[in-house]
Amino acid sequence: MSLPKFTYLAPASLEEACNLLGKYQGKIRIKAGGTDLMVRLAQRALKPEYIVGIRQIPELATISFNPEEGLRLGAMALLYDVACNPIIQEHYPMLARAAKSTATVQIRNMGTVMGNICNASPSADNSPTLVAMNATIVAVSPAGERKIPIDEFFLGPGRSALEPMEIAKEILVPAPLPRSGVSYQKISPRSKVDIAAVNVGAMVVVDEQGTCQQARICLGAVGPVPLRASTAEEFLQGKVITDEVAEQAGALAGTDASPISDVRASKEYRRLMVIILTKRALLEARHGTSI
Amino acid sequence: MKQMISLQVNGDTYELAVNPWRTLNEVLREDIKLTGTKLGCGTGDCGACTVLIDGKSVSSCLTLAVEVQGMTITTIEGMAPNAEELHPIQESFIEKGAIQCGYCTPGMIMSTAFLLKNNPQPTEAEIRAGLSGNLCRCTGYNKIVDAIGDAAEKLNKDA
Ligand SMILES: Cc1cc2nc3c(=O)[nH]c(=O)nc-3n(C[C@H](O)[C@H](O)[C@H](O)COP(=O)(O)OP(=O)(O)OC[C@H]3O[C@@H](n4cnc5c(N)ncnc54)[C@H](O)[C@@H]3O)c2cc1C
Ligand code: FES
Ligand code: FES
Repeated sequence: MSLPKFTYLAPASLEEACNLLGKYQGKIRIKAGGTDLMVRLAQRALKPEYIVGIRQIPELATISFNPEEGLRLGAMALLYDVACNPIIQEHYPMLARAAKSTATVQIRNMGTVMGNICNASPSADNSPTLVAMNATIVAVSPAGERKIPIDEFFLGPGRSALEPMEIAKEILVPAPLPRSGVSYQKISPRSKVDIAAVNVGAMVVVDEQGTCQQARICLGAVGPVPLRASTAEEFLQGKVITDEVAEQAGALAGTDASPISDVRASKEYRRLMVIILTKRALLEARHGTSI
Repeated sequence: MKQMISLQVNGDTYELAVNPWRTLNEVLREDIKLTGTKLGCGTGDCGACTVLIDGKSVSSCLTLAVEVQGMTITTIEGMAPNAEELHPIQESFIEKGAIQCGYCTPGMIMSTAFLLKNNPQPTEAEIRAGLSGNLCRCTGYNKIVDAIGDAAEKLNKDA
């Protein structure tokens, strides 16, 4: 399984990396962990003339948290490190769960959360929770920095809002709000290591009486991009999330999904799983609010 | 165009001229002639090519040789302490009959080394999760799980 020929570039800084992207536009690909990219090269699905490695750029390794700003996840934060990081486990346990349910140990030791997002697969494990938690992607280019809300980041299978000269530098996740709860639910044909047949991320924020103030639900693998379940979200506004309400919201999420049949699951099965996983996610998120 | 690189494998330094598109798996097997590391799928699924880089288990089929300069690479050939003895994990695999054709074994052992370093006393479920990136066509896995449990005991006694 030899690879097609390319020139490998290993810039020492983000600035240098951006300049290379500008110089070789249309002929260059970014390699983070390479667990998606290398497979596509091996399959000859891509034949870039240049590959720019970013793992050696020091500023991309950051994982940091502060209670006001929230979490900054650098582009080279590995899936394994996110899954095991004590700060993430404490403040963002569902980000840790999503990272841990991505692929196998070896792939988590190489692959990044950012690569998972930039690859823009509708079934990516780390997208639903990041959408539910309203993350922001910071992109840099020779023109400067811009912030892309995650709701605007996914354009279609394999397509993100990043411009050809942009590198995604970090993911910002807001600090958890008081009385909020999050959940990540996944179902895949081959136990835990496989790509999701359906996955769901949910965040709810309630008031002191337990009434839902805000709900963000994201459905994965049931559309061209990770989808917001807007009908279900609207329905939850102003309601106490009882088991019955969660079940009704699940049924509405089923109507928000637009699944297809493929090798992993039929569209009927996927819709049914959206209903069930959304309900489970809402109940777990409600539990997480501690109200 | 070939690049001059220097790789640290099992404590030895190799100066090599390699093309940038060659995987670490190819360079280990073909240039350095360390053929203990296997190639199965070439796409990250089977784990036969697993090596340790700076102590982390990774797929050498998805790693470029030019990317891992200056890092510490350990392959199955680097596990035994000397020419006479085997590593306790290797011993356990033999004693528990966890090897049939042996093709998956180097990868299984490297994944076990990573697992036991980070979790010296894994439960059976943790062993199965830790080895979920390694496929075996022969053993049915139970003996591999037994061998890893046995290796954990041995290593904890030694420590
Ligand atoms: C065996 C196997 C099992 C897998 N299982 C799963 C699974 O269960 N769930 C799942 O979701 N995924 C799975 N994957 C896919 C993959 O491992 C993940 O998507 C991983 O997170 C990708 O990260 P990476 O750093 O390796 O990305 P790379 O391969 O380096 O990059 C992926 C894409 O994003 C672009 N990119 C990367 N970083 C940046 C950046 N900073 N700025 C701009 N563009 C960037 C690259 O150019 C490329 O197009 C699996 C892959 C393999 C090989
Ligand atoms: S050969 Fe590398 S994972 Fe199969
Ligand atoms: S012993 Fe033959 S593949 Fe595992």
